[in-house]
Amino acid sequence: MRAGSKLGFILLFSPLVLWLGLLIVIPHIDMFLISIRERVGVGKYDTSLANYLTFFGEPLYMMTFARTALMSVLATGLTLLIGFPVAFYIAKIAKGRLQSALFLLCLVPFWVSELVRTFGWMILLRETGVFSSLLQWAGLAEQPVEMLYNDVAMMVGLVYTSMLFMVVPLITTMESLDDSVIEAGYDLGGNGFSVMREVVIPHAMPGIVSGSIVVFMLSLGNYLTPTMLGGKDSLWFTELIYSQFIVRFNWELGAAFGFMLLLLSSVIVWGTLRLSGQTLEKTMG
Amino acid sequence: MTPQDLEIQNLTKKFDTFTAVDDVSFSVPAGSFFSILGPSGCGKTTIMRMVAGFIDPTLGDIRIKGRSVLDVPPNKRPVNMVFQHLALFPMMNIADNIGYGLRRKGVAKDEITRNVGEVLERIGLPDIGHRKVDELSGGQKQRIAIARCMVLEPDVLLLDEPLGALDLKLREHMKIELKSLQAAFDTTFVYITHDQSEALVMSDQIAVMNNGRFEQVGTGQDLYYRPQSAFVAGFVGDSNRWRGKVARAEAGQLQIITEAGLTMTGSDHRRDLSVGDAADIYVRPEAIRISRSTDDLAQFENKMGGTVSSILFNGAASRLILKAESGEEIEVTLPQSGEFSDVERGDTLHLGWSGEQANTFAASEDFTQVYQ
Repeated sequence: MRAGSKLGFILLFSPLVLWLGLLIVIPHIDMFLISIRERVGVGKYDTSLANYLTFFGEPLYMMTFARTALMSVLATGLTLLIGFPVAFYIAKIAKGRLQSALFLLCLVPFWVSELVRTFGWMILLRETGVFSSLLQWAGLAEQPVEMLYNDVAMMVGLVYTSMLFMVVPLITTMESLDDSVIEAGYDLGGNGFSVMREVVIPHAMPGIVSGSIVVFMLSLGNYLTPTMLGGKDSLWFTELIYSQFIVRFNWELGAAFGFMLLLLSSVIVWGTLRLSGQTLEKTMG
Repeated sequence: MTPQDLEIQNLTKKFDTFTAVDDVSFSVPAGSFFSILGPSGCGKTTIMRMVAGFIDPTLGDIRIKGRSVLDVPPNKRPVNMVFQHLALFPMMNIADNIGYGLRRKGVAKDEITRNVGEVLERIGLPDIGHRKVDELSGGQKQRIAIARCMVLEPDVLLLDEPLGALDLKLREHMKIELKSLQAAFDTTFVYITHDQSEALVMSDQIAVMNNGRFEQVGTGQDLYYRPQSAFVAGFVGDSNRWRGKVARAEAGQLQIITEAGLTMTGSDHRRDLSVGDAADIYVRPEAIRISRSTDDLAQFENKMGGTVSSILFNGAASRLILKAESGEEIEVTLPQSGEFSDVERGDTLHLGWSGEQANTFAASEDFTQVYQ
């Protein structure tokens, strides 16, 4: 019996261990080892922090790094701002079939691949696109308007891409809030604003934090959207990593960049958890 | 005339084609405990939610201390509500829960602290302000929910079956506690429940509600001893019921022949019943006297014999079920004076009850409904 249960435990656990080990732990260890070596000659390497020093020494890298972090925070904030009312409406105001229909509508775009969805935005925003033609037709613009290849277009794409990952945890936490608790908030003299601030938002906090963490990480690590919608000034850190690995064939620097990105996301997630008084167990559990 | 804290006039609420509350009027004097008693789905919660302001009535008026509150939103009404599942704010500690309403009113911080301390003292739970909601027992949460409303000094406190979730023993205890809290705060309580015992024990006045209408409004004694409708007789307390036809009617005394062919004497208590009408007779189990000999029962108009078919032992509320000679089952309260402690299944006993105790109503569909 004991041996049997032990075998069962091993069998249940091995996929997880294999997945974590083969896809996450081993590549990261290898990547780290690559990042701390310096090529001194053909096929000759020394252990050094030269790659990290290059990163800190080159303003373009630092600027792109900071920009990516700030833009990701901004994208997360915007997604939360747009997603919260949507989630509140679906979870607390819509009832029955309308509720499931709206939820499905949030989900539908994600049946299409991210690439196709991004192309959808390009069709809308490009110079000969739908919006541009519409503006010209309405007489609001005299010549074609280019709306692609700037930070705003990129931000639109980022928010759109991550909306579902914000809305789903928010709906889940808000659905668990008893309607009568909201009513009690009003009954005891609260108005819409104070009920939202004192009752709904504190209750939804785990959902807000977990949604924000996911959206932030998705934005930070996004490659497709900044590349396709962003302009030549909208450089994203993932694009730097890509160019080091693929274009420059400088794996050492690319690996160092990768580790900086990992460090950045860890620090920001940790900081957010500390600031909001949440724990990882509470938000992910 | 004492001032009325709450006056409801011709209140009606229709949801599409369904009329949840149908032309209900009542008033609650200041400082009294008023209950609305009815089976689930009778519309009592709808009334409550209209008074609180969560639903707008289709017709009628709601006045609190003489002033119509129809155009006052729920957060401005001088009424507060204790919800069915209490709806304490789980994200706040006890002191913040109770202080919530005061914060909304813009009361100064130190005054809130003082008020919260006072009200906690009054409900007998001092020093728990810093505790979390889920650290409290069911009874404590109950008292916090009441304190959270009472700290705002509402004109009327609404209670929506707050004892429903408690276990039996605690519920019994909380009934007494609620009544004494009401006396201590000297506030008008409007309490809705489907549990007749809660209503009977606590209330000054009870309204029995069925299908959106009030069947009867009165004290517990009124409802129990002098029910005005078959529904009230059937819903409040237990009753033996027979259906029959009026054979003779004289000065309130009725002779009824039941469907099984028994002749019974009943009283219509000034309800108009005439010869030939279909009628339902309701007799309370405790109104029936049992005896081993017919001599003791000489004074009763209704007499019959029966054999004990089962004994339902429940302490002080023990009952016997007897099979009458006509084949019907009759429930009788078992006296606890020791006289019948040796009753066994199959024993033959004699039954008797007065015509006065046999409440007779015009036959209605309530007869066939079984509640509780």
